Amino acid sequence: MAEVTKLIHKYLRHDKKFPHVWCPGCGIGIMLGALIRAIDRIGFEKDEVVLVSGIGCSGRLPVYVDFNTLHTTHGRALTFATGVKLAKPSLKVIVIMGDGDAVAIGGNHFIHAARRNIDVTSIILNNSVYGMTGGQYSPTTPYGMRSTTTVYSNIEQSFKISELAVTAGAVFVGRGTVYHAKLLDSLIEKAILKEGFSVVEVIAHCHTQYGRQNRLGTAVEMMEWQRDRAVNVEKAAAMKSEELRDKIVIGVLVDKELPVYQDEYEKIRERSKGMIGR
Amino acid sequence: MKLPQVDGTFIQMEDEIASLGAVVGASLAGVKAMTATSGPGFSLMQENLGFAIIAEVPCVIVNVMRGGPSTGLPTFPSQSDVMQARWGTHGDHPIIVLSASTVRECYDMTIKSFNFSEKFRTPVILLIDEVVAHMREKMVLSDGEGVEVFNRVQPTVPPEWYIPFEDTPSGIPAMANFGEGYRYHVTGLTHDIRGFPTSRPDEIGPFIARLHRKISQHFSEIQMAEFFQTEDADIVIVAYGCVARSAKRAVVEAREKGLKMGLLRLVTIWPFVRSAVEKVLQTSKTLLVPEMNMGQISREVKRVNRGATRVFTLNKVDGTIITPEEILNRIAEVA
Repeated sequence: MAEVTKLIHKYLRHDKKFPHVWCPGCGIGIMLGALIRAIDRIGFEKDEVVLVSGIGCSGRLPVYVDFNTLHTTHGRALTFATGVKLAKPSLKVIVIMGDGDAVAIGGNHFIHAARRNIDVTSIILNNSVYGMTGGQYSPTTPYGMRSTTTVYSNIEQSFKISELAVTAGAVFVGRGTVYHAKLLDSLIEKAILKEGFSVVEVIAHCHTQYGRQNRLGTAVEMMEWQRDRAVNVEKAAAMKSEELRDKIVIGVLVDKELPVYQDEYEKIRERSKGMIGR
Repeated sequence: MKLPQVDGTFIQMEDEIASLGAVVGASLAGVKAMTATSGPGFSLMQENLGFAIIAEVPCVIVNVMRGGPSTGLPTFPSQSDVMQARWGTHGDHPIIVLSASTVRECYDMTIKSFNFSEKFRTPVILLIDEVVAHMREKMVLSDGEGVEVFNRVQPTVPPEWYIPFEDTPSGIPAMANFGEGYRYHVTGLTHDIRGFPTSRPDEIGPFIARLHRKISQHFSEIQMAEFFQTEDADIVIVAYGCVARSAKRAVVEAREKGLKMGLLRLVTIWPFVRSAVEKVLQTSKTLLVPEMNMGQISREVKRVNRGATRVFTLNKVDGTIITPEEILNRIAEVA
């Protein structure tokens, strides 16, 4: 059996839930592949993994995977994940979100989960648009681009998700694209293994909505755009901010140590027990 | 605040939406979880309350009602969330809502709320008012002995046989906790018996019907009410929360004056205790429903009444309690 077939049989609900809902050419499948390869390499038991998602195209990802899967409300995935992790810290909690999910409706939960440094991994598929609901602009739609709700061009500035995560205090932040699949594998693996709140931003294309409305071509052409725009973080360090304006910096942006919420909570537990009766 | 001492966990989330999200997540991982809020916070929780209903996740929400709308009247008594508790989250859904009139009852009803939520796999709302919530009363607690505690029914079949949302005679499927070998899918979308999203009418219809049936076929167990001197009463007051305390005093005073008055105190707010109300409708000549709102439970009483007897209301929405005198004055007006 080919290696990929083994992974499919082991990790996908291949006999239950396929075909999937995603458009042909979508980048979510590449992200899903990277996630499964990372988990397989790490060697987690399927029973100990909890995959949580919000709403949208990316929100549909957990249904296809044979873990404990939880498809929550729009933008709230991190809150449910926080509850799961606190109730059973032995579980490995991974959250899948889209750009609208993570930094529009869920923006508050995102920065606070990062600040709190709870041991949860966030994988955010950033395709710059609300794809499932009809191509409305999202907080990551670049200035000047079109969507069904910015038909004369977007006049808002866009969020940079990874930079937001860094500022909010995430201990690991990595950015990749669905073109750079191998980098994505390693970023997701590192993020999952990192203790604390880790983020992987996955730059992806939505040729069906965003690409069509902005005449960016086919899925392949949009992935070539990702290739042409991507600059590795080491190389970017030597470049001027002017040169980086239209580039996508990929690689590990932050990898630092901070006290992890559950570990700190255990200390509080011990301290509180010393105060019983007082 | 004592939770860490007893190996529990407390967290202050960033907002009430997050609070209930974390509660639902914790419950799915296998622990009993609750949150508490007031008025506007309860409005924010409506989204994930609906999730807990459709995904059948046990949890408890305490809402101390305040006058509204909006920021309204914080830390003053009100009973204006009776309908929000019933219909606040969108979509057709059943809900269990309990109330309390004393500090002791807050304790008992919190336990009862957890028992109902675990038993029926549904969120339970404990709806109380500011008077009861801030009250201090003497109570004697046992060391836990004799306290009835119900824990969710867990699957006993091997994982490959487990059907997470299957219909059962009780309408309540066994619930597996995350991380215990039963890997399944939980979603806020309408789902089939295996938990996977579905838009097939032949799967959605029975699913939504089961959600209602698992509550409705246990009405007799869920619906709790207290009858106080109603057997021979010509006038019956229907009340709940702190208003029921004033009503009880009013009944005692009225009886001293020779007026045959009684009190039907609602403990379960939703599902509405129809049978208890029907019982007093048949024996009394006048019903009075005093409420700290513009008339939320009184509409239900009138709906059940269907013209059988006279139903009067006494409504107060100024942030002050309804006193026994006000009830007696109103009785003097209408009886």
